[in-house]
Amino acid sequence: MQNDCGCNCDKASDERYVKLKAYIDSVIGSEGITMTVLQEAQKIFGYLPLEVQKFISENIGVPIAELYGIATFYSQFSITPKGKHQIGICLGTACYVKGAQKVMDKIVEELEIGVGETTPDGLFTIDATRCLGCCGLAPVMMIDGDVYGKLDDVNVIPAILEKYRN
Amino acid sequence: MDKSINELNQLKANAVKNLEATEGRRIIVGMASCGISAGARAVLEKLQEEVAAAGLDNVQVLPTGCVGMCIYEPIVEIFEPGKEKVNYIHMNPDRVSKVVSEHLVNGRPVKEYTLGEDEESKLKNLNDLQFYKKQKRNVLKNCGFINPEDINDYIAVDGYQALAKAVTKMTPKEVIDIMKASGLRGRGGAGFPTGLKWSFAAANEADQKYIICNADEGDPGAFMDRSILEGDPHSVLEAMAISGYAIGASKGYIYVRAEYPVAVERLKIAINQAKEKGFIGKNIFGSDFDFDIEIRLGAGAFVCGEETALIASIEGKRGMSRNKPPFPANKGLWGKPTIINNVETLSNIPKIILNGPEWFRSMGTEKSPGTKVFALGGKINNTGLVEVPMGITLKEVIYDIGGGCPNGKAFKAVQTGGPSGGCLPVEDLDVPIDFDNLVAAGSMMGSGGMIVMDEDNCMVDIARFFLDFTVDESCGKCTPCREGTKRMLEILDKITQGNGTMEDLAVLEDLAENIQNTSLCALGQTAPNPVLSTMKLFKDEYLAHVVDKRCPTGVCKALLRYFITDACTGCTLCAKKCPAKAITGTVKEKHYIDQDKCIKCGVCMDNCRFNAIIKK
Repeated sequence: MQNDCGCNCDKASDERYVKLKAYIDSVIGSEGITMTVLQEAQKIFGYLPLEVQKFISENIGVPIAELYGIATFYSQFSITPKGKHQIGICLGTACYVKGAQKVMDKIVEELEIGVGETTPDGLFTIDATRCLGCCGLAPVMMIDGDVYGKLDDVNVIPAILEKYRN
Repeated sequence: MDKSINELNQLKANAVKNLEATEGRRIIVGMASCGISAGARAVLEKLQEEVAAAGLDNVQVLPTGCVGMCIYEPIVEIFEPGKEKVNYIHMNPDRVSKVVSEHLVNGRPVKEYTLGEDEESKLKNLNDLQFYKKQKRNVLKNCGFINPEDINDYIAVDGYQALAKAVTKMTPKEVIDIMKASGLRGRGGAGFPTGLKWSFAAANEADQKYIICNADEGDPGAFMDRSILEGDPHSVLEAMAISGYAIGASKGYIYVRAEYPVAVERLKIAINQAKEKGFIGKNIFGSDFDFDIEIRLGAGAFVCGEETALIASIEGKRGMSRNKPPFPANKGLWGKPTIINNVETLSNIPKIILNGPEWFRSMGTEKSPGTKVFALGGKINNTGLVEVPMGITLKEVIYDIGGGCPNGKAFKAVQTGGPSGGCLPVEDLDVPIDFDNLVAAGSMMGSGGMIVMDEDNCMVDIARFFLDFTVDESCGKCTPCREGTKRMLEILDKITQGNGTMEDLAVLEDLAENIQNTSLCALGQTAPNPVLSTMKLFKDEYLAHVVDKRCPTGVCKALLRYFITDACTGCTLCAKKCPAKAITGTVKEKHYIDQDKCIKCGVCMDNCRFNAIIKK
């Protein structure tokens, strides 16, 4: 089993680091690559643990403090691991006026965790997202890319979550 | 030099034949994010599968962008030579099978899946709907018609003709003069004249200049830029090249939200195709003009829609805004003169070059010519993307196009301008929409989000919602915005919890004014607008929360109370379901809710079969 946080693995043989290094080599020298490297790293690792930030810092010559500053500034970057299934509840204005808060409350109640948190079993992470672009289906939530719309009746939510538990 | 233009015209001649389906049938599926969310991908795949299985020749099944009517997604349209097009709505894979066997094989359109309420109005064309009648689709013309993943479709509708005309027949100054004459104003929010902005950057001497397309559409209720990128990406690329030619820039960046994966993918395809054809690259159309375009992804920060923050983000830094001047047209990306234009603004440009400034001025009002796209959402029947000439009234947009509020509810207000804007009440419905009128009415155009609210929406809660958004999105650089908005939110929280005082209202107003006057960038300067606007127009609601400790609409949970009316039959269901054991009563007698124990979850109301529970 590979160590999830990436801290004790051998970077020369860990294919995730190899992949990241290859990406860095392909862009190094161009201007303004810090964001794109972090984005690629987030894609490869799923999040940006300190070890990965260190690795990037060494390879692109940007101080780790600066990388950490960027990683914590933008909401798409995460420095903690995400759950297996990511629930995004749209809190765009159109969804909000149609009752997105109720959807959010129901999910928080069902999973017993807060927004931005992951369940102890690592199965779900709840996120409040901006407009998902399906205002016609408001209120909307998305689980791993699947869209569930017209959630006017929040009582259908437990059954939806159950599908992902198995 | 002419050879390239001749080549373009040759390409066009072939592409037109294909697009007009003169030799076969063309089936398009609305595949913008909205369509995909509603299940369009499965419909497209099923169509392709069934068409192949039925061995049909000369049938093309293609994706297209947003048709505009979200409520009917997934939408499929079938074009046949010499026949009226047929629109199918609410499609799913099962319906596809029937459409293929009945319509495509036997030539009998499946009426039941088409528009129209009764037998007679079936087979109605989407374009005949009231929804489209008052619209003027100029920017959105190609969205929902052409295949955004095929450059030939764009070429068929005069694509890249404007770029060819500009670089081969016009000087950069002539291009700028046309833009100035057209009166085009930036569609991203503030409405600054585009031609004037270009002229500033053109006047600066520099070894390198940049064009940036601002596709960081952050207003939580607006999605027109996404739709344009997903439905007509080449129009944006063409416009960027034209503006590059005008100001002397050879490099362009598209800064697009990472939350728009479909748009990003289509942009990538479009850039590759344009490069392949030589419309982007070196010596465009045989001229000595070079232009290259690169995509940069945002990472979820609303403030990056502000131009100086956007520049910082492209440079790979935290997206924090800075003082202006110097303006980006003088000192922008990496210190070089930079022009930042919004997606919708750009999309207007090729059409203006081809049709002339008079054509553009023939639409809209004198000070705000042209059209504007609005994302109509919230409590409205026809949710969707609408494009209207400037000067149309709010009433026409909300009632004639949008069809008013659903379920017979009364219209309360429309919110425009997103987190920077304000609300417009019933009294303002006759205001003709343009940049200046909306500001005069206490709101703003913003990027074009238009969220309708009905009698069930609490305006204090809406103000709190927007402030919650800005607090979350403040970059934290300047104190008024970072600390001030947070304090305002705390006061609003206090009010919606039922603990507000009259003094709080005064402090709120005072804070708002200070934040407006002292914040560094537009995010902070406009953050108090939703609060000020609702406080001015719906003071009574604020007073109800503060003085009467009551939320008139029942949205603010803490102020809400559930009651059991005389309709109660004493079935005991509510008492059994209540998680707080707050309901008491004996069988077949009216039950009561203990207000101290009630946690206001609403389970009793949801479960009551006799509508005997009310909230107020």
